[in-house]
This record gives sequence, structure tokens and C-alpha cells, in this order.
Amino acid sequence: MSQILFLADFSVIKPDPGLIFWTALVFITLWFFLGRMAFRPIQNALKKRETDIQSSLDEAKRVRDEMSKLKADNEALLKLAQEERVKILREASETKEAIISEARAKAKEESRRIVEEAKELIEHQKMAAIIDVKNQVGNMAIDLTERLLRANLKGNAEQEQLVGRLMDEMKLN
Amino acid sequence: MIYKRLIYLFAAALLCCSVPALAGDEHGAESKEYDAVGTVMNHIADANEFHIWKGIHLPLPCFLYSPGHGWTILSSGKFDHGHKAVDRYVLNHGRVNRIAVEGFPMGEVPIDGIVHRVDTIKTAEKEEYKDVYFALYNGEELPLHAPSTLDGGILGGGITSFYDFSITKNVATMLLAAILLIWVFSAVARGYKRNEGKAPSGIQGFFEPIFLFIRDEVTRPMIGEKHYERFQPFIMTLFFFILFCNLLGLVPFFPGSANVTGNLAVTLTLAVLTFLVTNLNGNGHYWQHIFWMPGIPAWVKIILTPVEILGLFIKPFSLMIRLFANISAGHIIILSLIGLTFVFGNNGESVGGATVGVVIGGLFTAFMNLIELLVAFLQAFIFSILTASYIGAAVDEGHHHEEAH
Repeated sequence: MSQILFLADFSVIKPDPGLIFWTALVFITLWFFLGRMAFRPIQNALKKRETDIQSSLDEAKRVRDEMSKLKADNEALLKLAQEERVKILREASETKEAIISEARAKAKEESRRIVEEAKELIEHQKMAAIIDVKNQVGNMAIDLTERLLRANLKGNAEQEQLVGRLMDEMKLN
Repeated sequence: MIYKRLIYLFAAALLCCSVPALAGDEHGAESKEYDAVGTVMNHIADANEFHIWKGIHLPLPCFLYSPGHGWTILSSGKFDHGHKAVDRYVLNHGRVNRIAVEGFPMGEVPIDGIVHRVDTIKTAEKEEYKDVYFALYNGEELPLHAPSTLDGGILGGGITSFYDFSITKNVATMLLAAILLIWVFSAVARGYKRNEGKAPSGIQGFFEPIFLFIRDEVTRPMIGEKHYERFQPFIMTLFFFILFCNLLGLVPFFPGSANVTGNLAVTLTLAVLTFLVTNLNGNGHYWQHIFWMPGIPAWVKIILTPVEILGLFIKPFSLMIRLFANISAGHIIILSLIGLTFVFGNNGESVGGATVGVVIGGLFTAFMNLIELLVAFLQAFIFSILTASYIGAAVDEGHHHEEAH
């Protein structure tokens, strides 16, 4: 067959106004409807998801940074606390030492004072005892001498003078 | 392994369905000889009825307009496959024609069939052949008019006595594609509402990579970050509409098989829409580059301006031709390979020859179907990426980089 026949039958190359009309109608309707109810919402949903993913990634990074910062802060704080503890312990032990030594000094002082007082008391009592003894001895001597002189001496005055002199000599001893 | 098996299964299924679909064709009834070219042309052509199985047709609604007569609206089933004329309209090989005799009675009139003849037109230099069709009525042969076409007679068509605004096989397939698209994408969009803040599931998960691919490889890089969202519905609709029509065209049985994107009227409409969207959104920078390209000598501008103006029309024209030619060629190749069965088998006389034809044609058809599957995606992708690049050039503020010409 010839080429002319081929072309005459090759109807798909001849634009049919009806088909053009329907294609335009179907396509424009599809464009409108699919754009409205599918392509725009899908695009928006995809964009939203992308920004969500990006923002959650950013958020995760931010949180991670914050965590590491917090950790560093904590470590610094821990170090500070440890130093503080050491310092407090040292101070406490110093205070303890001071208190103990002070107490020791006080106790020593006290004991010394008590001993001193005791010594003084002993001295007093010793003195009292001595005086007592002296008095008794004196009295006894007087008594004795009185008796002796009574027996030996007639005049009292002379005798008492003698005794007084003797007593003074004794006191001076 | 499972994929290989699936491919074999798919190929076998295509084969089983394709052969009877062709065998049931009534084209060869007129002559004893098998008319391979005629069969192929009839299969890729638009029709007013949808062939289902061996002479079973789904009648389609016809909206016919004749300037003198007005509208005629009926089902194509009323034509009784070329045995009845309604308001002077008859069905000729699946397509509505009009009896070109003014006095022919209106209403339902039984006719005796359709006659096909090849007229020889003798001119001074050569002989030309033309297909002519007649309706047989009361022993007379009444010439038939084909529906009007807008090629102005250059391609063998032209304005005749009527216009066909029917839901044809192509329109029905387009509507099917549109319904599928709306159904699928409303499900996908629902998925985004239901799974907000969660991972995609089901059909949403299937279409999301495709959507993302078109967005990240086509609209965003081609149109640019600033404008792409405005044009995304157009590009997406183009891509998915062409893809669905292409894929439906590859299905060799009933709801498929229509050569929608392989019809010039369809690709013409899409190309015109692309042209309109591109140029209605063209900014000053774009028009300046077309009419008075900056930065080159004046005498070059004088040459370049007509070229650029021609380019405005050549760009959508190339879109139109590319898609039409690729899809039509695919259909023609597959139909020709299937037709080998009847050519080798001498139209049913030689069983051995037919067997050879089935084996050879079948294997090649299986192979071609796989290529056509690729082409279906590829052509949808190319149409949308080129459209996006034209729109990108039209809206580009262009400070530093050269435009694509």
C-alpha cells in the first residue's frame, strides 16, 4: 500500500476537537482537584515532617550540648565540694586540736590551783596545829612551871616576871 | 529469583491476553488477505465503543454535533455495528461517521453495511491512493464523512459535516485514569493526615518516594526553591496523568489498551497547557531574553530574536511530538509483533506458521512490553522535567547563570 493510504488511516495524528476538549476538561479538573486535595496537602505534610525532623535533630543536639555542659558543671561543683570538704575537715581537726590543748591547759591550771590550795590549807592547818601545840606546850609549861614554882617560889610576882621573860624567849624561838 | 518468575508470569499473561484481543478483530473480514497495517492502525485509533472480547463491545455515549442539524446524543450501541444509521450517523469500524447525502432520512434507518474502497487519484506526476468508505443503503453506495479534525487537511483530515464530542475509548480511559488518580491520591493524602508525625504506611508509602523523586529531581531543581511549590500541582498532575494513561495503555485487555497519550490531540492539549502556564508566568527577565538578549552584539540579537520566538513554540511542539511518537510507536511495535502470528499463519490457513509467529512474536512482545513499561515512566518523567525546566526559565530571576535554550 502507498504512503498516502498509511497517512489517511493514521488517525491518531489528526487532532480531534472532541478529544482535545475532553483532555483539557479532564486534565484541568484533575489539576484543580488533585492540587487541592492531594498534592498541596502532601507537600505541606512532607515539609512539616522535614522541619519536624530537623527541629528534633536540632533539639537533640541542643539537649546533648546542654547535658555535656551540665555534666561539666557538675564535675566542677563536685571538685569544689571535695575541696570544701577537705578544708572543713582540716579546720575541724585544727579546732579539735585547739580545744583539746586548751582544755588540757585549763585542766593543768586547775589541778595546779587545787594542789596549791591544798598546800595552803595544809600549811594553815599545820600552822594551826603548831600554834595549838605551842599553846598546849606553853600551857603545859606554864602549868608545869606554875606547879613547879608554887612548889619552889613564894613570891608570885617575881616568879611571874621570870615566867613572862621565859615565855618571850620561847616565842622568839 | 521471585522477581524473575514474576516477570515470566507477567509476560505470559500479557501474551495470553494480547493474542485473542487481536484475533477477535473484524478488520480482516472485508478481504481474505490479512491487512496488518490496517489492523494496527485500527487498534491505535480512537473509537466510539470499547472492545472487550471477541466481538463484545462496551457501548459508549456519543455527543455528536452537526452545524446544520444540532446535537445528537445517543449510545454507540444503537448503531448495531454499522448496520443501522441514526440521524444519518453510522458506525464505521468503531468510529462514528456521517452519511454525506443531504436527503438521507433522519431517525433510525437500517443499512446493509459499510464498504471500504481505495480510490486512485491520478495527478500529472503520480498516482495517489485514498481510503474511502460508503454506507450500503437500498443497493446504493452513500459516501461517509469522518469526524472533523483540526489538521486543516494537511494530514488527511479536516473539517467535515460534523464534530464528535463523544466519550470515546480514549476519553473513557482518561476518565478511568482520573478516577484512579483521585482515588489513589485521596488515599495517600488521607495517609498523611492519619499518620501525622509518624512513618508512612500502605499506599502512602508506595507513592511517597515517587512524589519525593518528582519534587527533588524535577520541580525543585528545575523551577528553583522560590517558585517550585506554586507549580508543583501542575507538574505532579502532568506526571501522574501521563504515567497512568501510559500504564493503562499497556494493559492489553478491557479497561486498558487505549492509545491515549499516543494520540496527537491529547499531547497537543497537554503541550498547549504547558505553553500557557510557562508564558503566562514569564517574568520581565524571561521576555527580555527572548526579544532582546542582553550581553551580545546587536547583529547577533537580530538573528537570535526570531530563533527565540520560534523556540517559544518549538518547545511545546517537541513535547507534543515526543510523547505522541514514543507511545504510538510502542503500541505499533507491539501490535506488529502480535500481528506476526497472522502474517506467518496466512490469516489462519497455516497452523505451523502461526505457531512460529506466536513464539517469535510472543517473545519479542514480552520483551517490548518491558521496554514499554520503562518508556511509560520515562516519557512521563521527560514531559514533566522539560515542562518544569521551561517554567523554571520563565520564572527565573537569573542573576549569574545562563538560561537553558
